[in-house]
Amino acid sequence: MSTPDMTAHATGLVTEKAQLPQVHEPRNPGMELDLDIVERQRVNTSAVERRCATLPGRRSVKKDHQAAWLLKAITMIDLTTLAGDDTAGRVRRLCAKAAHPVRADLLDALGMPAITTGAVCVYHDMVETAVEALDGTGIPVAAVSTGFPAGLSPYHLRVKEIEESVKAGAKEIDIVISRRHVLTGNWQALYDEMREFRATCGEAHVKAILATGELGSLRNVAKASQVCMMAGADFIKTSTGKESVNATLPVSLVMLRAIRDYYTRTGYRIGYKPAGGISKAKDALVYLSLIKEELGDHWLSPHLFRFGASSLLGDIERQLEHHVTGQYSASWRHAIG
Amino acid sequence: MSVKEIFDTMDYGTAPESAAEALAWLVDGGDRFGMFIGGKMTEPGHIFEAKNPATGEVLAHLTQATEADVDAAVAAARKAQSKWAKDGKARAKVLYALARLVQKHARLFAVLETLDNGKPIRESRDIDVALVARHFYYHSGMAQLMDEELPGREALGVCGQIIPWNFPLLMLAWKVAPAIAMGNTVVLKPAEYTSLTALLFAQICQEAGVPKGVVNIVTGDGAVGEMIVTHPGVDKIAFTGSTAVGRRIREATAGSGKSLTLELGGKSPYIVFEDADIDSAIEGLVDAIFFNQGQVCCAGSRLLVQEGIAEDFHARLVARMGNLRIGNPLDKSIDVGAIVDPVQLQRIEALVAKGGAEGTVHQPVKAPEGCFYPPTLVSGLEPSSLLMQEEIFGPVLVSTTFRTPAEAVQVANNTRYGLAASVWTENVNLALDIAPKLVAGVVWVNGSNMFDAAAGFGGVRESGFGREGGWEGLMAYTKPAGKATPVKPAKTHVKPDEVEVLGLDRTAKLYIGGKQARPDGGYSQAIYSPKGKLLGHSSIASRKDIRNAVEAAQSAKGWAKATAHNRAQVLYFVGENLSARADEFATRIRYLTGTTEAKAQAEVAEAIDTLFTYAAWCDKLDGAAKPVPMRGVALAMNEPVGVIGAFCDDRPLMGLIEVIAPAIAMGNRMIAVASEAYPLAATDFYQVLDTSDVPAGVVNILTGPHAELAKTMAGHMDVEAVWSFSSTEISAVIEKESAGNLKRTWVNNGLSRAYPARDWLAQATEVKTIWVPYGE
Repeated sequence: MSTPDMTAHATGLVTEKAQLPQVHEPRNPGMELDLDIVERQRVNTSAVERRCATLPGRRSVKKDHQAAWLLKAITMIDLTTLAGDDTAGRVRRLCAKAAHPVRADLLDALGMPAITTGAVCVYHDMVETAVEALDGTGIPVAAVSTGFPAGLSPYHLRVKEIEESVKAGAKEIDIVISRRHVLTGNWQALYDEMREFRATCGEAHVKAILATGELGSLRNVAKASQVCMMAGADFIKTSTGKESVNATLPVSLVMLRAIRDYYTRTGYRIGYKPAGGISKAKDALVYLSLIKEELGDHWLSPHLFRFGASSLLGDIERQLEHHVTGQYSASWRHAIG
Repeated sequence: MSVKEIFDTMDYGTAPESAAEALAWLVDGGDRFGMFIGGKMTEPGHIFEAKNPATGEVLAHLTQATEADVDAAVAAARKAQSKWAKDGKARAKVLYALARLVQKHARLFAVLETLDNGKPIRESRDIDVALVARHFYYHSGMAQLMDEELPGREALGVCGQIIPWNFPLLMLAWKVAPAIAMGNTVVLKPAEYTSLTALLFAQICQEAGVPKGVVNIVTGDGAVGEMIVTHPGVDKIAFTGSTAVGRRIREATAGSGKSLTLELGGKSPYIVFEDADIDSAIEGLVDAIFFNQGQVCCAGSRLLVQEGIAEDFHARLVARMGNLRIGNPLDKSIDVGAIVDPVQLQRIEALVAKGGAEGTVHQPVKAPEGCFYPPTLVSGLEPSSLLMQEEIFGPVLVSTTFRTPAEAVQVANNTRYGLAASVWTENVNLALDIAPKLVAGVVWVNGSNMFDAAAGFGGVRESGFGREGGWEGLMAYTKPAGKATPVKPAKTHVKPDEVEVLGLDRTAKLYIGGKQARPDGGYSQAIYSPKGKLLGHSSIASRKDIRNAVEAAQSAKGWAKATAHNRAQVLYFVGENLSARADEFATRIRYLTGTTEAKAQAEVAEAIDTLFTYAAWCDKLDGAAKPVPMRGVALAMNEPVGVIGAFCDDRPLMGLIEVIAPAIAMGNRMIAVASEAYPLAATDFYQVLDTSDVPAGVVNILTGPHAELAKTMAGHMDVEAVWSFSSTEISAVIEKESAGNLKRTWVNNGLSRAYPARDWLAQATEVKTIWVPYGE
């Protein structure tokens, strides 16, 4: 294991920023590990839960606004397939859906130009297929990596996996952290690991999957979020979708507040990706209002927010058709992905 | 705005709740409403307007009640009461029906409330109406259990209930549900700004099968309230509202024999320690002070932040306030609605204009035109600032800083009020240390404005007295069964023509701060036996002696912190030492009153027994962990009231012991004024106290004229409660003078009745509800 030279790394990032004009955000260079920041994290679980429980009742988005918000949500979906039985054909079908997520007649009726999902998210072996399938669409391919989902394969192979996926054309790498570093409070080890993953990603953006369902407490979620951001994560992400508990509003609130804190301190905006368990259009709206309330409109962009979801899109399509026609829709009226 | 434009801006847009059903209900009522008396709506009379504060539109025309209307309502309530009180299980079914009907008409109630009051629909829908249904369910259960669980208690009779405009329907539920559950009947007056949901409630009373006259609702302004307060046919007044009006009600009911509970204003502290979850504490403030536009008696309106985090905290708070949405209360995405009336808006504006300059005023969002006031923070204030002391009753938070936990408590308690408090820290030791030290009826740990029917709510100091909710709330609507008998004035024995001196002259002094003290005035009075023997002299205490005794009692604060076991030991020891001198006391009693030896011995025995009883109670008046609907506990802790002044009846020894024993058992300090006619047993008793490890100042004994001392005692601002069992008519003066600091009073109104120990203990304690949500 090696820790890259901080200064050189940071310098490298400045160049990187220039090479990625489509990215509006200055990329987070990370900072030295500050254990004081880690140690002062406080999360009151009951209060966090109360905020989340009342939020859906505090913000309501209706009619044209709801349609627009749902369309926005689609542009933030990392359309995902992470199954053992994935094949090239399955991935190509998913990519086609990513490029045309909503029926053209519905978009016309809504007066909307074509939109795409935020990305397609696959395992390493499917990266090449996806990159090919998405050629010309502008949709990036995200690869889950580093021994996803448990992150317990040999360390050098985890690093190598990132290299391979980047080489195969992945523009985004979703890494999994070593949960044991969080559970044992070994923040230095977590930082070093994340730092190297980030360095290995090069120009590809890195999302740090915290696997929040396995971290034991919201306070640990806050601490791990801070460490990963300090180590240069572009996004922090809740879960692999494989844990028994995945994205929840309380976990999201804690991570969003960590992002806000990091932004206030450093001026760098870190992205957020809840993954797993978000399958209803209504839930998506609540997440978007949570982002808007806690971080502001700037974060309501695919550059800073993604849903990791596979079935959410289908529900949104049905809601959009209902909005256009006034009739409740059926899943078979929308193309599968 | 096109979908594409919204897609780019990501605005919320509007999400208005439809007012159609509620407006249709008003139209069905002809937009003119009479009152609900004897189970029927009366014809509309002299009308006044109900307005929507958000728009200024007239919603309906309501009736200003006349004397005749109030008479009719009280008569209907009286007529219905005895039958209603008979069957608790039948009452339970009616209350259950009310709960169900509130739920069935939930949205109609919510929309009507928002139209009438201006509060956001989110609050009326998710909080007010939900709590209303819960309150009726809970008290349906209390009616069901009354016979088994409250043996020996009965309804008070007819209750006059006057409620405020900030939670119109919820306050109605808090008043009506426990009252009728316990077999009382009610005459309720909603605030004149907000009567509509009460009138809708009248309709569901009919649907629920509430018998005629059990619930009566009269409408109108303060004049109608006054008619209820002064009505001779009313047995109890329950009032929620301003401290100023509460004080007037206390004065108006003084000496009338009416029971009274008051839930008044507040300036509740919101304490944030440096180890708190700061973002959650800031979010908690949204619920504390911007909830219901800050028009909440228990609003966390006084922010106290530990100095080291204050700058960061305030910056984040102002940023959070910038996200609050203020406007149309019917919009489902609105955080802050309309102020209830332009009069209240002007009051808020005037107070901020007057006191804002003492600090820095932050108003990050602008209020729309009309009856709206923007969320406001006034930072950098000191405890002496006007806005730190005065209740604003609007969305205005004021703040200052503190250095240490001890200083936080000191600043928090530096107020005339004592309703609620919030404590934010992640340290359970700190939270549970601070909560009992705060002078308040309710403490929320890491939260704010949590309410439930099972948890007591109410204040101390000028926030009023009495609790609503829980078993403790039922004390306000019941009394011990059984008849009271008139107090017979004791006979003072006059100086005979020829004085016979009994033994060596012994000087009976006052007992103040653990020392025998000569009366400040330097006068004493000869006490004779019925047969004309000079038994000795008793001191004539004056107002200065009361002052000295209160000072001594207030400085004996350690007694409240002594363990219950320790207090029990002291009480047992007092009993033991009294027992050793039983004969001497019996003789004294015999000489003073002329009673028989057997009766005198019996009184001493009863006194010893009473001391043992309350010694036993010291460590057995358990608090409770209330099953509130959340992950957490609401602890009901019995705390001493503080310093209690008591005027004893004319049993020379028992009159004294009966008040002292329960009071000091619960950790209070007492100033007992002995029987005016027979004071010398009480003065003998201080020697027993001296030999029994009772700390100085815990019990102070005065002798002298009750009529004169009552006024000073009841008016003293540093006395927390006054009791009177005196044979002198001092009940009225005590209740009247108590209005100054709104101390609790417990007076006999010239009647004598044997109270069970539970009543004594309830009078000797304040229930503090400490909400402790938890979760990792």
